[in-house]
Amino acid sequence: MNDGRRLEFRFPADPAMLRQVREQVRSASLACGCCEKTVAELVIAINEACMNVIQHAYKGDCSGEIILEILNNGGELEFQLRDFAAPVDLARIKPRDLDDLRPGGLGTHFIHEIMDDCVYGHLGDRGNYLRMKKKIS
Amino acid sequence: MSYAVRTDGGYAVVELTGDVDLSCSPDARATILSCLTSNRPVLVDLSRVTYIDSSGVASLVEGYQTAKKKGLKFGLVGVSEAALSVLKLARLDKVFPIHATVADRIQADG
Repeated sequence: MNDGRRLEFRFPADPAMLRQVREQVRSASLACGCCEKTVAELVIAINEACMNVIQHAYKGDCSGEIILEILNNGGELEFQLRDFAAPVDLARIKPRDLDDLRPGGLGTHFIHEIMDDCVYGHLGDRGNYLRMKKKIS
Repeated sequence: MSYAVRTDGGYAVVELTGDVDLSCSPDARATILSCLTSNRPVLVDLSRVTYIDSSGVASLVEGYQTAKKKGLKFGLVGVSEAALSVLKLARLDKVFPIHATVADRIQADG
């Protein structure tokens, strides 16, 4: 991580960037002492969160920018994801019923299953944020 | 991700390799659905999958549902640990028929 406690990664909202995002999350989580299981889970959650921004905030516009910040708060990792898309309808962001078998809609379920805390919000009319926290042993 | 389709025991076996994410899951989806459109039963081999996200899982769910509608057999074989952990997270490991190998699936078919 940049100063040992914080890493910032800016990238275009392009699905081709997701591999790099996963690599960043993996190396940062390992550097913070997370076990392999937690690292794998964090990679899944952040990948899904970025996918949601690409698909639902930027609606496939690859020119949009996403900022991922990873903060080591000591005993807890915090992930902040910001975009500059039009504000999304926060009421529509919720995990779906898994008994309703259909393609899609699993990303938010994954994020909520893995993270200890998730907060969605708007950055005024300039974008959206998602703050996720995970306790690490 | 790369993919290949081979025929084994009457099944079209779709072999996915590498990371199956949003950048390539449309290809996986199209390949699976193409086999089903030509009325071939499908097994998706996930033994070489190193990562799969929800868009990749959605391709599998769509394949499963399409096969069901058409009365065709569908299943997963050789599911890697990485893929299995995601299927478990989605509670789909009990939904898809999963076998270790194509031969095991054929034997299970009787």
